[in-house]
Amino acid sequence: MSDTYEKPRPVIDDGTRPFWDAAREHRLSIPHCRSCGQSHFYPRELCPHCHSDDLEWSDVSGKGEIYSFTVARKPAGPVFADDVPYVIAMIALDEGPRMLTNIVTPDVEQVAIGDRVTVRYDDVAPDLTLPKFTLDKD
Amino acid sequence: MTMAREAVIVGAGDVPLEDGKVVGGGSVLQVQARAAKAALDDARLSMGDVDGLLVAGLWGVPGPGILPSVTLGEYLGIIPRFADTTNIGGSAFEAHVAHAAMAIEKGYCDVALIVYGSTQRSERSRTLGGRPSVLTMQFENVWGIPQPVGGYAMAARRHMHEFGTTEEQLAEIAVATRAWASLNPAATMRDPITIDDVMTSTPIADPLKRLDCCLVTDGAGAIVMTTAENARAHGAKAIHLRGYGEAHTHWSIGAMPDLARLTAAEIASRNAFEMAGISHDAVDIVECYDSFTITVLMTLEALGFCKPGEGGAFVSGQRTAPGGAFPLNTNGGGLSYCHPGMYGMFLLVEAVRQLRGEAGDRQVSGVNTALVHGTGGTLSSGATVILANN
Ligand SMILES: [Zn+2]
Repeated sequence: MSDTYEKPRPVIDDGTRPFWDAAREHRLSIPHCRSCGQSHFYPRELCPHCHSDDLEWSDVSGKGEIYSFTVARKPAGPVFADDVPYVIAMIALDEGPRMLTNIVTPDVEQVAIGDRVTVRYDDVAPDLTLPKFTLDKD
Repeated sequence: MTMAREAVIVGAGDVPLEDGKVVGGGSVLQVQARAAKAALDDARLSMGDVDGLLVAGLWGVPGPGILPSVTLGEYLGIIPRFADTTNIGGSAFEAHVAHAAMAIEKGYCDVALIVYGSTQRSERSRTLGGRPSVLTMQFENVWGIPQPVGGYAMAARRHMHEFGTTEEQLAEIAVATRAWASLNPAATMRDPITIDDVMTSTPIADPLKRLDCCLVTDGAGAIVMTTAENARAHGAKAIHLRGYGEAHTHWSIGAMPDLARLTAAEIASRNAFEMAGISHDAVDIVECYDSFTITVLMTLEALGFCKPGEGGAFVSGQRTAPGGAFPLNTNGGGLSYCHPGMYGMFLLVEAVRQLRGEAGDRQVSGVNTALVHGTGGTLSSGATVILANN
């Protein structure tokens, strides 16, 4: 794996580093609130549901379903041009929160809302892993 | 007993466009100064009268645009005692009208100038990439989501899934809006289009196609507000502000509470209708943000002109076109007139012209009450104002 990844990289900060560190270890970790019992994503300092600061990082199943998606027919800038058409999806994780990701599939035309999906780790650079998803029906 | 101060709109102005570019060119500061002068001339007031300045923009960042009212006040040669740089996206100017009204009615300023300008078309500065991958955006940009169309596309897809809305119904909005633009000599795109034209236009982000998307143009506009008493003293035509409201829910599309509902517009418009004390039937025209066709459909539902999920049927059969039952976006909108980045200013300018009977070939007859609703960010913010000419 050479470090020639040219697409946008997350500018990782103290509040988000545990998520990206876990991804490099091929774990999906998101904050869970000990006060109200709900999880959330992206990671915040206070629970967006009950505003408690009693949060812990918790590994989740990496399974969920497609809440919505789009097929990009025009790229988000030149670095994505070779990928067109590609799928950006909002996944509803089985643990509740939604997250944006890519669906990796040989056939973008068959993606549908409600499809079951499973996380798949894409080690795009030595220091960066992106949690993408595949269709369980693929 | 002293009479309460009532804030009114007394001036509206913009700059001429040709092929979506400011005629004669100019920097983003120059075009804002021209729009401000046009609105003040319209109001029969002068720059020296302005003591409230409300500005939001995308210009000069990094640089002097970080403090936009301070920079623009300096450039215009004025010393405001009230400033508001609320930036909630393209709906900022509807919020500015509300904020200026509160400041004027409180006596915090007497003449408020609201200004916007952009030279993005001339500068060729707009792309689908864009936002730096810092803070919240680190969870969006890495996936290559085209900004902002990708978020709107996902909302459209979800709306279609939940309610059976069709791409043809979205196309109805683009066709009707173009028909209005054909009546507006200032509109960038004036040739009539068909539903088939929209359906076969270049795919951008499914289900949205080129003709579902707003233009990328230059533009500058301004609104002037003062007290009703001051308006009378200067012989200016006053447009009254009957109600207003605003809200915002998210910027990251992943944090939008419900992709098939415009929560911010529901809250903002409920506030505005309650304050105005009128029913939907009393609204003669609606000017609402049309960054994309789906924006309009979801906005009409959220404003309460139809029920959630009924937007598709509501716009079908060209009901919002000239001569239709529901006059909407009568200048040709962001889809066909102009869209200089933050379009909400131009909704206000058009509403004022319609309420005064100054809209030329596109004038709707018998307009007494107009509802203006801006949407900003990625379906993030909503701000409603209800205006009346009596
Ligand atoms: Zn909680």
